[in-house]
Amino acid sequence: MAIIRFSDQKLFRNPWTDFEIMRRELDSFFQGTGSNSGGRATVFPALNISEDSANIYVRAEIPGVPASEVEISIEGDTLTIRGERKTCTANEKYSYHRRELECGKFSRAIALPTKVQVDRIEAKAADGIVTITLPKAEAVKPKQIKVNVG
Amino acid sequence: MTEKEMQIQQKQEVQQSGEPTKPEKQYVPAVDIFETAEAVNVLAEMPGVAKEGVEIELENETLTIRGTVASENQEGETFLLREFEPGSYLRRFTVTETIDQEKIQATMADGVLTLVLPKVAPAKPRRIEVRGI
Repeated sequence: MAIIRFSDQKLFRNPWTDFEIMRRELDSFFQGTGSNSGGRATVFPALNISEDSANIYVRAEIPGVPASEVEISIEGDTLTIRGERKTCTANEKYSYHRRELECGKFSRAIALPTKVQVDRIEAKAADGIVTITLPKAEAVKPKQIKVNVG
Repeated sequence: MTEKEMQIQQKQEVQQSGEPTKPEKQYVPAVDIFETAEAVNVLAEMPGVAKEGVEIELENETLTIRGTVASENQEGETFLLREFEPGSYLRRFTVTETIDQEKIQATMADGVLTLVLPKVAPAKPRRIEVRGI
């Protein structure tokens, strides 16, 4: 199970902080060289995570799994997507020409960057892509502050 | 069977001479092809493609599978993580079996296309018994 952390905790007065920063920069340098599409996790499913001012959107590419068999749970700040793909049509009578589709159990956990309203999370599946909409908690939503002319 | 976590299969882009005019990416969908006595079955993985976006052609033994993704409005969103990019799908196969073109069936469910290409009757295996005198 892979966990993505969006921000490492800043350690207060840690003598290794500089090394930590250096390591992170080197990591990001090497990540940037491979491909233009950023993170390259290998754990299924592939995720796109985006946010706007009100929500966090998690989109997962899960082809071949009916919506009813995708299990989404949240525990604290950790969102977990779990399921099993049963597209494998293993049968001795078949002679396979190509076998490229993978199947099996999958589970992936994500540490969310902000607090969310757990009871208002919505998920929908369409054409093999599951979209989870997580409304941000009121406390972390951006607020306009009016400047009064004195 | 040992429990194994599924891995992401990186999408392969189509290598072709003609350049598409649209600026979107074109991927090669992963497929399973298996043959039974009656038909050739093709399973193609095309996440994000709706039933209406699938195009299948069989012409001169060349089977073309094409899938177009309806783009979703994601304006105003900033990406925090990006592991897949939407794009269309294209893959061609040369089908050698004699296919009964009239009876080809295609179904699309949860981003996976199932294609059944039934063989023309004479291609079915026939067992010939050898009898002694």
